Parts: sequence; structure tokens; C-alpha cells
Amino acid sequence: MAIITPLKTAAEQQLVEQFANIKAELPGAGAMRKVREDAFAGFEAKGLPHRRLESWRYTDLRNLVREAMPLVRRPTRPQAIADRLALQTIAGRRFVTIDGVFSADDSDLTGLPEGIRARSLAEALTESPDEVAAAFTAPEVARDDSALMLNAAFAQDGVVIEIADGIELDQPIVLLALGTGASEASIVSRSLVKIGAGAKVTVVELQESVGAAPVQINHATSFVIGEGAQVEHVRMVSRQRAETVQVQSLLVELGGHAAFDSVAVAVNCGVLRQQSFLRYGGEHSRAALRGINLLRKQEHSDVTLVMDHAAAHGESRELFKTIIEGEGTGVFQGKVVVRPHSQKTDGSMKSHALLLNDGATMFNKPELEIFADDVVCGHGATVAQIDAEQLFYLMARGLPRPQAEALVLAAFVGEVADFVSDEGVHEIVGREIDCWLGQREGAPKPGVA
Amino acid sequence: MLEIRNLVVKIADEDKQILNGLNLTVNAGEVAAIMGPNGSGKSTLSYVIAGKEDYEVLDGEILLNGENLLEMEADARAAAGIFLAFQYPLEIPGVATMTFLKAAMNAQRKARGEAELLTPDFIKQVNGAADKLGIDREMLRRPLNVGFSGGEKKRMEILQMALLSPSMCILDETDSGLDIDALRIVAEGVNALRAQNRGFLVITHYQRLLDHIVPDTVHVMSKGRIVRTGGKELALELEKSGYASYGEAA
Ligand SMILES: Nc1ncnc2c1ncn2[C@@H]1O[C@H](COP(=O)(O)OP(=O)(O)OP(=O)(O)O)[C@@H](O)[C@H]1O
Ligand SMILES: [Mg+2]
Repeated sequence: MAIITPLKTAAEQQLVEQFANIKAELPGAGAMRKVREDAFAGFEAKGLPHRRLESWRYTDLRNLVREAMPLVRRPTRPQAIADRLALQTIAGRRFVTIDGVFSADDSDLTGLPEGIRARSLAEALTESPDEVAAAFTAPEVARDDSALMLNAAFAQDGVVIEIADGIELDQPIVLLALGTGASEASIVSRSLVKIGAGAKVTVVELQESVGAAPVQINHATSFVIGEGAQVEHVRMVSRQRAETVQVQSLLVELGGHAAFDSVAVAVNCGVLRQQSFLRYGGEHSRAALRGINLLRKQEHSDVTLVMDHAAAHGESRELFKTIIEGEGTGVFQGKVVVRPHSQKTDGSMKSHALLLNDGATMFNKPELEIFADDVVCGHGATVAQIDAEQLFYLMARGLPRPQAEALVLAAFVGEVADFVSDEGVHEIVGREIDCWLGQREGAPKPGVA
Repeated sequence: MLEIRNLVVKIADEDKQILNGLNLTVNAGEVAAIMGPNGSGKSTLSYVIAGKEDYEVLDGEILLNGENLLEMEADARAAAGIFLAFQYPLEIPGVATMTFLKAAMNAQRKARGEAELLTPDFIKQVNGAADKLGIDREMLRRPLNVGFSGGEKKRMEILQMALLSPSMCILDETDSGLDIDALRIVAEGVNALRAQNRGFLVITHYQRLLDHIVPDTVHVMSKGRIVRTGGKELALELEKSGYASYGEAA
């Protein structure tokens, strides 16, 4: 039974107008034009995701997006962006987008080692629209997702990275997405990362904003990972305006004998939906999605993921740690799907949250959909307060309460942060976490970035 | 040094009274032992002295060198000189033992208005104390108490005691879980800390520990009170006769 939800909200109508006005100017002819039209038609049939949809139950985008903010066309480059770029240094190759638009001047395009190709999405769509269009096909488990449809319809730019077979990089590729926050605006972008067979790389995505205006962000990053490749991925959404509403989609198609290890961090994230769809396309692959969510005030972070075991002998590990104070809301919706022939799947999914006060809320919803018989899958979810016994033990050794709490909280999320193996990236993630912990009431000396 | 007068304590969220007008004095330089049946309130007493919040003090007072401990939070009591070696030391996942030791030592120094320890000095002190207690240095790199054996946890408690040099040391069944050699090593560690200006309250069930740490005084606790006080020979007597004469089943 198909439920046709008629378009009705102001935002939805604005999106229809926006698409009509802009579609001729969006990059990508031929097949890409059709991808955009089809995606938008899909959106028109469904409207913005809302809470009556199981997968969006805890993040009612229709309610959160009352007005569709105007699309960013040519971003400005305020001084604050230059300042942030000067500060945000990680040893690695850096590719920058500003309000979703690729900034060649700020990116490390020259002197790239053999086997790495980097372009803007707009450029890739102009050069080879048909090929790039194929990368926009939504994964089967996300075919109904209208946020992803909007992304395909409107994405005007992003970064396209291609790593050749067998390439091993000792430094990470850093995709730095800076928002100007110059005015209320909507930013829709897509990055594509294609990693060749046997390659070994770390890809880091940092999403920050410098300005005062809240924005709407719809970003997706698609990974296509070749046979036997090993990929580490880190994504950190930080320094957002409280009113910013953001959807971050992570799409991963994993080849056989490959490995994908991801840590997603949300700190000062505004209202954030993080959705990940990972498909095991070949046997004997391993993936781990892990994350840290630090929420306060009215912040909201929804982690929704689907691990689609479409091949046998796949291993999946999910571990999410959430700390919530104030009136923050955390969501973990994880689903492990094991298709009929995907025998010997080994899945483990965990979500642990600490609520620091009464107003804080956590929703945990782990799910298993298993259609094969020879599998080992399990999940666990906990919601608790800081362990009073641990606190007493530390205080009995002379640590003042705030320091004892900070130690326990840092250790709680540290278990996930320690999966970030690149030292420079680990340090940057650690700094944002320390800074957040330092902003707690009565906290010992705040760390500053 | 430590003076407890008419202490009446109940569990905070239950109507269960555990200490029923307890009186106890430990003088500077004294080693006092407390023996008593399971459930008589020994650990409760040690927690209430250290400042655990699960209890409600209905009456009485606890003074350390004349200072009212009951008005202080646990960290302030530690700074004032109280140290409790836990019957069941807590595991703190993710916190490296060395990180914790440094934080604890520096917290004490800060409370005393002293500068933070320099890392080389800190490492030297820890290694020295660990070697004496037969603690493997590799253990110090692991998360605090996580996966430590029962005996290893107890040694770690004594290591902390040695490093923090408190004035009033409370040892809650430190002997349980220790093998014969470890018992001797730990007792030597405690004896090395015996000093004119330091008091000890040693909670134990067995004479065995008191062979090594010879007490000046032995108290018998029953149903939340000190019901008898004597010298070290009292422990030997209890070993033979049990607690039957104190109105408790043997
Ligand atoms: N938090 C609590 N909630 C409920 N009952 C408690 C609590 N703490 C202690 N008790 C009860 O208080 C009594 C005294 O306990 P306590 O641990 O102090 O005894 P103990 O003398 O140390 O015993 P043991 O020799 O077995 O260590 C026991 O009956 C115990 O069950
Ligand atoms: Mg006890």
C-alpha cells in the first residue's frame, strides 16, 4: 500500500519552485539531468521526511524545516573562513568546500602523488556526466529516502576523489567543508570517493561553520571501495549554530575482502541527522561504524544506519557513545540486514548513552533483519547516568567532582576516539571533545582550539 | 586523631539503619583493628568516614584532628588526610592508571597549595613505590583496575596509599584476595607507612593479617556498634571463640 503524502508545507512548495528555477543551471547534462529529475519527482511524491516514517521517527524534518532557505549559489569568502583555514591544519592533502562549493584555491591540487585524482563535483559532472551520474544511484536500502533524493536533485558541487588500485597513502585525505554562515541559506553538496582495489587510505571529513546565521545542510558522501582495499574514515561535525539543521548521509559500497572503519563525531552539531547506508557487495569484508555524540542545550543528533549484508562472511561492528546534558536528544537507530545467502555474517551493534541530567533524552532502537541461518548477530543498548560508584572512588582519591566527572566522561567516549589511528586527526578530534567537556559547568580548565 | 561519636547512619533511600550509635577513637600513631561478623557495618563505617553519598547520618559526628568531616565532600576529606583502601576497588575503564595516579597526586598538592608534580619526579615516585609492592610496571599502563586480579587490585590500593601519604588510613579487608606472599608484601608496605602522625583503621576477618600488621588496639563491631575493645590478644580470642558471645551467630 503506497501512502501518497500530498505536498503541503511551505518549505515543500518552496523546494518545488527552487528546483524549477535552478535545474537548468545545475551541473551535469545527459544522464545526470535524468537523475536529478527522477530524484526530484521521487521527492515530490513523498515530501520531506517526517516522524510517521519509521526511519525518520525521531527527526521530523518536515517540522524542523519550516522554510526552505535559499540555495547558496556563489559563496562569499569572509575573513573568518581564511582565519579558520589557517588554523585548521592536519598533515594531509586538503580539499576545501565553502558553503558546499569547491574552492580550488584552498585545496591541495598541485603536486598530488601518482594515483590520486581530485576534482570538484561540478567539474566531474561537466567532464563525464554519465559516469558520475551512475554514482548517484541510491543504495537499495535508502531508495525511499527523500532527503537523499533532495541531495541528488540539488547537489551543485562537492569533491570527487579517485584513488588508483594499490595506492597506499601515509597521510590522510581531508575534506574540509566550511560554512560561511553569512546568511540563512541552504547548502546541498555531494562528494564521491572511489578507492581502487588493494588501496589503503584514510579519508577525513570535517564539517564546520564560522558565521552567525543558521543554515540548512544536506550533504552526502559516497564511497565505492574496491576489492581488498582498506579505508579509514573520520567525520566530525562541529562548531555549528544551534539552529542549523543538517543531514549527513554516508553511502558505502564495499568490495570483497575490503575493510571500512569509520568514526563519526558530532559536537556542537546543532540539529543533525547522520544516516549511513553500507552495503557489503563482496564476501569476507569488514566494516565498523563508530561514533561519538556530545549534546547539550537543545541539540539533537540522530544516528541512523543500515548495514546491508548482501554477501557472505561479512563482519560488522557498530559502537556509538553519546553524552547528553541540558535538553539534548540523542537517537540511535541501527539496523543489520542479513540477506538470505549471506551466511557466516558476524554482526555486533552497540549504543551506550550517559544522561547527565533529567531533561536529556536518548532513543535507542537497534534492529536485526536476518534471512540467513548461519550467522552471529547481536546488539546491546544502554542508557545510564555517570556511575556514582566510580565517581566516589575518584573523589575519595582527592579529585574534585568536576574533574572526576570529566575523567569518567572522557574515558567513556575515548573508547571510540581511540579508533582514530591517524595521530593528527586523533588530536583534532580529542581537542573538540576536551573543549566540549571543558564547557560543562564547573569543569576544570577548558581546553581551547 | 579520628574521633567518632554516637554515629547513627541509615541507607539514604531505605528505612534501614546500619550504624547504631557507634563510638570509636583512633589516635595518631595507633593501629586499630576492627573485627566483626559479616553485615555488622564495617564497610558502611569506612564509606561514611570517606564521604560516600548513599548514606544519611542521623546523629553523631566524625572529627579528624578536630575538623568535622561530615560537612565535607569526599574529595575534601581526602585532602584532609582520609584514605580508604576499598574492600572492592572500582574498575575505571578508559582511564590509564598512570593518568589517574597523577591526577590524584596533583589534586592533593593543589589542595595543599603546592605546584604540580613534574612528570619525571612523578614517574620516579610511582616506579619506586610500585617496585616495593611488587607491582608490574606494565600494569600501570593499563586502565585503572580493569581486568586486574583481586590481589592486584588490593596492591594497587596500597600503592595509592603510599603515594598520597594520608594521615588516616582505613583498610577494608585488604587481606582478602591476597596470596601468602602478597599478604606479606602488602603488610610490609603498610608497616613502612606506620608513623607518629598517622593513624590506621584495619578492618579484617582474620588474625593472619594482624600477625603481620600488629595492632595496638582491637575493636569488635556488632550490629552497628563497637561492643568490645582490647589489645592484640583480643583478635586471638575471637579466632577461637567466634562472635557467639556478642549476640551474633557464629
Ligand atoms: N547501599 C545499601 N543498600 C542496602 N543495604 C546496604 C547498603 N549498604 C550496606 N547495606 C547493608 O548494611 C549491612 C552492613 O553492610 P556492610 O557492608 O557495612 O557490612 P560489613 O560489616 O562490611 O560486612 P562484610 O564483613 O561482609 O564485609 C548489611 O546488611 C548490608 O546488606
Ligand atoms: Mg565489608
